[in-house]
Amino acid sequence: MNTRVRHAIAAILMLLAISSASAKTPVDEERLRQLESELRCLVCQNQSLADSSSGLAQDLRQQVRAMMEDDKTDQQIRDYLVARYGDFVLYKPPVKSTTMLLWAGPFGFLLLAVGIGIVLIRRGSRGAEASALAEEDATGEALWQQEQAHSGASKKQG
Amino acid sequence: MKRALFLLPALLLLLLSVFLWRGLSLNPHELPSALVGKPAPAFALPRLDNPQQLLEPQNFRGKPWLLNVWASWCGACVYEHPLLLQLADRKIITIVGLDYKDTPQLANAWLAQRGNPYRVVLSDTNGRIGIDYGVYGVPETFLIDAQGIIVAKHVGPLTEAFIEHKVLPLLRTQGK
Repeated sequence: MNTRVRHAIAAILMLLAISSASAKTPVDEERLRQLESELRCLVCQNQSLADSSSGLAQDLRQQVRAMMEDDKTDQQIRDYLVARYGDFVLYKPPVKSTTMLLWAGPFGFLLLAVGIGIVLIRRGSRGAEASALAEEDATGEALWQQEQAHSGASKKQG
Repeated sequence: MKRALFLLPALLLLLLSVFLWRGLSLNPHELPSALVGKPAPAFALPRLDNPQQLLEPQNFRGKPWLLNVWASWCGACVYEHPLLLQLADRKIITIVGLDYKDTPQLANAWLAQRGNPYRVVLSDTNGRIGIDYGVYGVPETFLIDAQGIIVAKHVGPLTEAFIEHKVLPLLRTQGK
């Protein structure tokens, strides 16, 4: 057998040996990918751990994988990272007292805007009615004045 | 009452402008450290100058110290280096270097070329200890007190302001 083939066979056998030597829990790739997409890459802060190609992201992905092989739950892995990097590492901010403003804020602003809108519209329509009535009054008043002037004039003539 | 409602959007805009103005001077990349107030995470790392000897946070107890995370491949570390050398010259606080994801040869060459402000440099070749400390970019500097509690963390090149507002006050209460 020529040397190259022998080397290739040796390499393949070594790889097989190495991969069978690690007796850890096989990782559910789907679960790994799901968790990685919920964690933030802290270097490229708008990317998830799954998407980022930065060095730290690679390290953290390895870390998450190692923890899964160690039978840790998703929550344990999240807690591990939050203990070191803070809440920011979670792509979905947790709902706690400090993040209440973040979660409730948009709805709060929406309610405020709708509230102001309602008040303004009501005020506007009330104003329109009032000025319409006032206009009618003014027209009526003007007509009456004219009539008075007429009859006054005709009385004088008569 | 009508007059007041009329002013409301203007007031809201003013309030928003205050926040936006403040935001201009904030750096969105700087994350508050989750470890401030907690004990410095344990490690046992080899010295750069003597890899047979392992050092732990315990070895630095008794006085405040700085843990400066750096690497020979880090551009911004060159930027902060003169300040570190200056600080080392003042001999007011021990500076321990954490050589992050680096090789000893390159690290030694870098220090030989630029000067060595560190009492000792520890090699974190695979970055695992960096993860334990919540390191996400170099350089970063941790201010650790005499009992081993992380008092403050600075992300990015070290600044005079950090020394002024964090290091010196701690030294005043714990220095001796």
